[in-house]
Order: sequence, then C-alpha cells, then structure tokens
Amino acid sequence: MDDLAIRLGVQELIGEYAERIDEDRLEEWPDLFADPCRYLVISRANHEAGMRQGVMYAATRGMLLDRVFSIRRANLFEPHRYRHVIGPIRLKTAGAGTAVVHSHLIVARIMHDGTTVLFVSGRYLDQIDISTTPYRFKERIVVLDSDKIDTLLAIPL
Amino acid sequence: MSQSALTAEHGVPWPSNGISEVPFRVYTDQDQYHREQERLFKGPTWNYLCLTVELAKPGDYVATTIGETAVIVVRDATGEINAFVNRCAHRGNLLCLERQGNAREFNCIYHGWIYNLTGQLTGVAFEHGVQHQGGMPPEFRKEEHKLHQLRVAVLGGLVFGTFSDVTPDLETWLGADVARGLLRVMNRTPHVLGRNIQVLPNNWKLYFENVKDTYHASILHLFLTTFRINRLTMPGGIYINQDGGSHYSFAKLDYAAEDAEYKEAGLRSDSEFRLQDNSVVESVDEYGDGVSVQILTIFPGMVLQQVRNTIAVRVIRPRGVDKTELEWIHLGFDTDDEAMTERRLRQGNLIGPAGYIAMEDGCIGGFVQRALQYNDDGAGLVMMGGHEAESQPFRASEAAIRGFWKHYRALMGD
Repeated sequence: MDDLAIRLGVQELIGEYAERIDEDRLEEWPDLFADPCRYLVISRANHEAGMRQGVMYAATRGMLLDRVFSIRRANLFEPHRYRHVIGPIRLKTAGAGTAVVHSHLIVARIMHDGTTVLFVSGRYLDQIDISTTPYRFKERIVVLDSDKIDTLLAIPL
Repeated sequence: MSQSALTAEHGVPWPSNGISEVPFRVYTDQDQYHREQERLFKGPTWNYLCLTVELAKPGDYVATTIGETAVIVVRDATGEINAFVNRCAHRGNLLCLERQGNAREFNCIYHGWIYNLTGQLTGVAFEHGVQHQGGMPPEFRKEEHKLHQLRVAVLGGLVFGTFSDVTPDLETWLGADVARGLLRVMNRTPHVLGRNIQVLPNNWKLYFENVKDTYHASILHLFLTTFRINRLTMPGGIYINQDGGSHYSFAKLDYAAEDAEYKEAGLRSDSEFRLQDNSVVESVDEYGDGVSVQILTIFPGMVLQQVRNTIAVRVIRPRGVDKTELEWIHLGFDTDDEAMTERRLRQGNLIGPAGYIAMEDGCIGGFVQRALQYNDDGAGLVMMGGHEAESQPFRASEAAIRGFWKHYRALMGD
C-alpha cells in the first residue's frame, strides 16, 4: 500500500474519532478500536516516568462499551460536550499491518450553560491496524500535558 | 501583620454547641479560611507529606504543601527525614521549585544562600562583601539561621509532618483503631502506579466530608447498582478516633459468592445492565479478611483508600475558599505480579477524576458551593445516626462527618 493511501486512511480514522465524540455519537466510539485494544488517558508526567496508571483505561472493546453505557445510564454530572481540534498528524512508521501515528489535540469543554474552557491539551500516540479497512486503533494513548483535570473526566478524550 | 493576625478572633458562629448542625458560612467565609490554615493545617495535626519510598536515597526530596504552605521533605546524609518550610530565610523566596528530585543542598536562586539537608544555613553569597566592601554585618551568624523546621513521623511507609510542638506522637494522635486501619492497608512496600490532580470547584471541607459520608455512596454513585454489582449483604462499620477527625469505615464482601454470580451472569448474558467486561470489578481478597472497601481519613486533609484492589492516597489541598486540589496517588506493592498490577490498573477506572464510583464527588461539592453563593445563612443537618461522633457497627450514618466537626470545632476554638 502506498504511503499516501495510508496517510489518508489514518487521517480519516482520526477525524472520525473526534467527530463521533464531539457530535455525541458515543455509542459508535468503541467501533473505532480493535478488540482487544489499549485505550489510556494518562498525564505526561506519569507516562514519561514509565508509570502506567492513568485516569481512564480500557483493554477491550467491552470496557469501552461499558464506559459509554455508564456515562449514559449510571454516572451523574452536568451535561457538556467537547470540541476536539487535532493538530499535525505525523505518520511515524508503517509496516507489518500497523501504523504508528502521533498527533496533537486541544479539547474545549462546553458546559450546558455555554461556559467554554480549554479542558486539555496533549498528544495522541496511536498504533493503528492498517491491515484491513476501515482502519482501527489497536492502541490509543492520550498523553495529557498537565496532570490536572478540572472537576471530572466523564466523556472520553 | 500576618494574615492570621488580620482575621477576626471569632469565626463563623455556630447555631449550637453540637456537631449535627453545620453553619453554611464555614464553606464561604474568607476569614474562616485563613483561620483554618493557621489552626488546622499549621496547628496540632499530622499532615501527609510523601511516601518513604520517594525518599529512598540521601538527598531525595519532595516539595509539597501542607494546606497552602510550601514545604520540603528530604532525606539527609544520616538517613533521617527532615521537613522544613520551603522559604529562604533571606528574602522569603521559594527554595525548591521542582516537585521531586535529589539535591546535595538547597541553593536559593535569588541571592545564592545555601542550606544543607537539615535546613541549616551554610552559605551566603558575598558574605564578606566584594573586595572588603559591603557584606553582612559582623554580628551576622549563619548558624543562627535555619529553615523553619517541622516535626516528622513515619507510619506504614507514609511520611507525615506537623508544625506544632504540642501534637501528640502520630500513633497516639491517630488512636489505635485508625493506626491499625492504616497499617492493615500499608502492610507491604508500596510503589507509585501513577498520580493525578483533580481540581475541585469547592471548599476543601465539602470534599473531606464527602469522603466521611457513608450515607451518600449508594445514592449518588449509581454505577454499582446500575450494573447490579455487589447487591450481596455487606457487613461493615465505622471507627472514629478520640478527637473525631480521623476515622475509617469498612465493608466486607463475599468474594466467592460474587465470583459465582459473575460466572452465572456470564452464562446468561441476558441483560444490557451487565458489564460487557467484568475485569473492572473482578477482585481478589488481597488482605485475606474479606474487607473489600476501607476508607480511612486523617484530619485535616488525607485519605487512604482500599476499594477492592485499588489502593490510593488522596491528599486534599485547599487553594482558596472555593477551590481545592485533590491529588490521587495510586499505589501498588512490591509483592504484586503482572496480573495484580493489571488488576489494579483496570479497577483504577472505579476511582479518580474519571472514576465510575467517584466522578460524581468531583462535581457535587461544586453544586453545593454554587447553591451557597450569597445564600449561606442557616445550617446544614448532619443527624443521620444520631448527634454523637462515636464508632458504630453500621454505615447508614453521618457519625464520621460529626467527628470531623468535633475535631474542627475543638481546634478552631469556636
């Protein structure tokens, strides 16, 4: 597969991911992952220190589905949405059916009353299964620049 | 005049001498907040500083705060742990800017004053002037200048500090029950799995009360009931120490019965109200006593939790009358194998800023704080389970919250 086709497929997956979260199509979010998978939201300080405990973690698509169901039916918090802005998408390597991709993210949090704040900034460190289409995340590590989370983290990043 | 001297002699008035009605103004009053810094955090209390494993070698240090006050804790060349205020004796500059590291000495970047690892001033730049001009006056003695030192105590691998000379020794102060509860959890050598800080839009006391509140758990946190987890009878109780401010609550779980129920549910798999992946709650009885939840608090700002196999220290740091930083320090132990680490990481989804059974605690205090905005007359009620702050063999109670107010009122002198 040529490099340009991979880049387009990767860009489509990353764009689709942000759209499903930001447009409140959370039920479709787990479909973008392989199964098993690794989804981890972790601070840069923890990640760089080699520590593995983050603030949100899933190792299977079932765990991602449980996260969505819990947000919808169990957890209580003020309604809010995100707006992801994805920065430069860098294809680091591609081979053996896997692409390693890094990108930047900025997420605004919009509360139901309109209050908008810069919620997080950071990087996505992805391993993407490119052996079949559509592409799927085998691993998505969300490395947050700050180790502070305002109030709570309900919706995935 | 210091901030404390500016504050009123008497704080927010209480409606009675009791502890089951709490005036709302204690969460909104700026003078009260100043008084708390002086009388609680800098008063006769033991405050969490760090883990001993973070100070493994001489020179290892952690810069932290007790309440809002900046503190350094460091292991010196003799192996002793020292703690002192993170403030240069010269012009009051922060001596140590990094959160953690190793130092041979502390060197103030402002004017180059140097302190050794016991907090003693050892060097003053240009002490004797430049070319015999200037310099410190002849009566100046370095040995008369030391960083303001705290008393330090260690229990179960946790390092505590106190500003006060009259605080009883740590174990006496905690009381036998709470000390036992601490040592039960911290019975092996810990390591840090990760740390996060959750910024809470509310007064620090609203969070500390929430942790002591065994009444709200099954009402505010619907995860366990929604997914029909641990509906089994859970015997438990509350231990409250003599001062009232420190406590632990616990509940047991029939691990074998729960495991059998998962297996049966897995076979049926008939309900969307079941977890797709049980590993977030699949736990082992690592302490061998059947206790699945133990929440322990140490007045005024520390929590030690065991929720199944998630072990964490939480540190409550006031950052203004309506802002609090809550640090989550997730722990593993030297005896953990990879399966145990993975179990702790998966169960880590239960707690912290995104915790299935904790995230509501991140916003509920903010809702209270907003309701109290220019609406803080009157008093809240803390009467579940009576008016006293005694240990109880049940958990449908607010006794531990009353214990907090008992200790609070004693130290605040209100």
